[in-house]
Amino acid sequence: MELTGAQILLESLVREGVDVMFGYPGGAVIDIYHHLPQYPLTHILTRHEQGAIHAADGYARAKGKVGVCLVTSGPGATNTVTGIATAYMDSIPVVIFTGQVPTPLIGNDAFQEVDIVGISRPCTKHNYLVKDIKEMAATIKEAFYLARSGRPGPVLVDLPKDILASKTTYHYPETVHMRSYNPTYEPNKKQVRRVVDLIRKAKKPLIYAGGGVIASNAHDDLQWLATTCQIPVTATLMGLGCIPGEDPLFLGMLGMHGTYTANHAVSEADLILAVGARFDDRVTGKVTTFAKKATLVHIDIDPTSIQKNVAVHVPVVSGCREFLSALRSEIEPCLKGDDCLPPHKEWLEQIHEWATTKPLHYESKPGVIKPQAVVESIYKITRGEAIITTEVGQNQMWAAQFYKFKYPRTFISSGGLGTMGYGFPAAIGAQMAFPDKLVIDIAGDGSIQMNIQEMATAVCYGLPVKIVILNNGYLGMVRQWQELFYQENYCSTCLDVAPDFVKLAEAYGATGFQITDPDAVESTLREAFALKSTVIVDVSVDPMENVSPMVPAGKSLTDMILV
Amino acid sequence: MRHILSILMENEPGVLSRVAGLFSGRGFNIETLNVAPTLEAGVSHMTITTTGDDQIIEQIIKQLRKLVTVIKVIDLTGTKSVEREMMLIKVNAEEGKRAEILRIVDIFRCKVVDVDLDELTIQITGDHGKIEAIINLLQRFGIKDVIRTGAVAMRRSMQ
Repeated sequence: MELTGAQILLESLVREGVDVMFGYPGGAVIDIYHHLPQYPLTHILTRHEQGAIHAADGYARAKGKVGVCLVTSGPGATNTVTGIATAYMDSIPVVIFTGQVPTPLIGNDAFQEVDIVGISRPCTKHNYLVKDIKEMAATIKEAFYLARSGRPGPVLVDLPKDILASKTTYHYPETVHMRSYNPTYEPNKKQVRRVVDLIRKAKKPLIYAGGGVIASNAHDDLQWLATTCQIPVTATLMGLGCIPGEDPLFLGMLGMHGTYTANHAVSEADLILAVGARFDDRVTGKVTTFAKKATLVHIDIDPTSIQKNVAVHVPVVSGCREFLSALRSEIEPCLKGDDCLPPHKEWLEQIHEWATTKPLHYESKPGVIKPQAVVESIYKITRGEAIITTEVGQNQMWAAQFYKFKYPRTFISSGGLGTMGYGFPAAIGAQMAFPDKLVIDIAGDGSIQMNIQEMATAVCYGLPVKIVILNNGYLGMVRQWQELFYQENYCSTCLDVAPDFVKLAEAYGATGFQITDPDAVESTLREAFALKSTVIVDVSVDPMENVSPMVPAGKSLTDMILV
Repeated sequence: MRHILSILMENEPGVLSRVAGLFSGRGFNIETLNVAPTLEAGVSHMTITTTGDDQIIEQIIKQLRKLVTVIKVIDLTGTKSVEREMMLIKVNAEEGKRAEILRIVDIFRCKVVDVDLDELTIQITGDHGKIEAIINLLQRFGIKDVIRTGAVAMRRSMQ
């Protein structure tokens, strides 16, 4: 069967199980768009390429499948770079197809030419420029394989216009063989036994779970381990949802805006099992004082993550699911005999005391809407059944702290890169993945304006995404830092001029609500969430509210500023 | 500490840039870099010398192994290996100094590859120590130009 490059791409996407892709056409990729209607692929036209890549990323995070993004050459390609870096930092499987000028023009500074392979090299897992039509099918196969296997990540494929127009016999390879790429999934058995032994001896064990648990679908095994061995769990931002937020063993998030309990537990624990987490500086605080009393076990599929930021005692290169499953097989027989694992009664009591005496809290003020209360209302209404995306900043931290994530893949947020403008397009992607679920973007008034143009996308495709803006008139997180560490010099963080978000919603054909009365929060949110349309809820919250607790950058986890 | 890394990789466009970009992007330093095809079609060999403590070297090696186009990375430091580098050095050689320079060339088993009235261009092959030693010795005559290939290295046979 002779097909053009454009047809080969579309045919291959179908074979990879792709049903939705997010994109924006342009001269270099017209051939693909020309053939697109003949394939069973839904294309979502965003209003900006950054929207397309974040939507593909949000789709991937919600669904657990590879997200696909298709854009044109030059500015189309460069507009995706922030989204590619976002996916790279959070290990999200996305394949990005970029158009490129015809091969004879490459390197000639042709119209809309850019070296996107060169530009995206440091922020992709791998990337390709297809220079020969005969390599096209195999390259696409490899791109999907790389994106989803091992430590997942974004893979970019650059497609010159003449390659898309030329023809060859189509053969899609069944398998991929790359001699230089062989991720290690199965853990070393001796190391697993060593970890069991450490668990048996530990008096104050703690699980520190990261995004790897969710990426590898290891949450069930993680919960089994925590429950069976009665080991408390703390999670990174990316790990939220790995066990239910209301589970008594869950201590909440750790780190800069972590709970008092989690940060003290890390500092007091004698054994920490770090599963699929990479010891980000927002988590460790001052590295030299991080978890000083603990034997550190680090499980990660990516060897570069191990020993990068902190020295660990037991490094385990393995998939999280494979490791936890091997651990389960080792522990289960012990439970039947006398060789039972000892309970950690005193440790759990200590944790319970921290949790009850120093819970997350905020001061209520009459007549003022507290942003935390808005998040609590969202949780109360949705009972943890919604998919929550966030923008970046205070809104993100309040969502992480006050919404109790019940399931994995229901908290979708830019962790590693901290990309403002991520949450709304990601919500569009998540809504495409789960059309029947309630998808809510918890936003700030600053962040939402970074990709507000995607309102048109949401309305156009009838996506009932709900945007709840915690509107404080500031770039809140920076304002908070200015207040605490820069002598209240609020330079350039006050957003004096803001759009009327209700009118803005209406201008796009969506529905807008505004809340200024604390008593109206819950009822208005209920009304908004019940609608089957795209909705903005603009909530006027306390402009000077801070995220607490807070560990100042570079301080130890126990040096917390509480409310 | 100085380390010699021996890297086998797919011979594709952009591979050098991936490796060099990895070093620059993560703040590692490349001291010398040498790359050429191997006997196996489609495979290139790269020798990199770099410096860093154990933790940095471990990160460099892991990050290199993570590159999809890298097949194998070996740290030759501390193993039995042969290391060679070639240098061309142009040195002042006025009347009265020439004999001494030629004596040094002889002792170091180097070769004069170009001669002019008042300068000599010498080719030297040797390990890091030898190259540094001859630079030191020739410095007092006045070195006009130096060009070095960077190290290439190979494991010794198991004997």
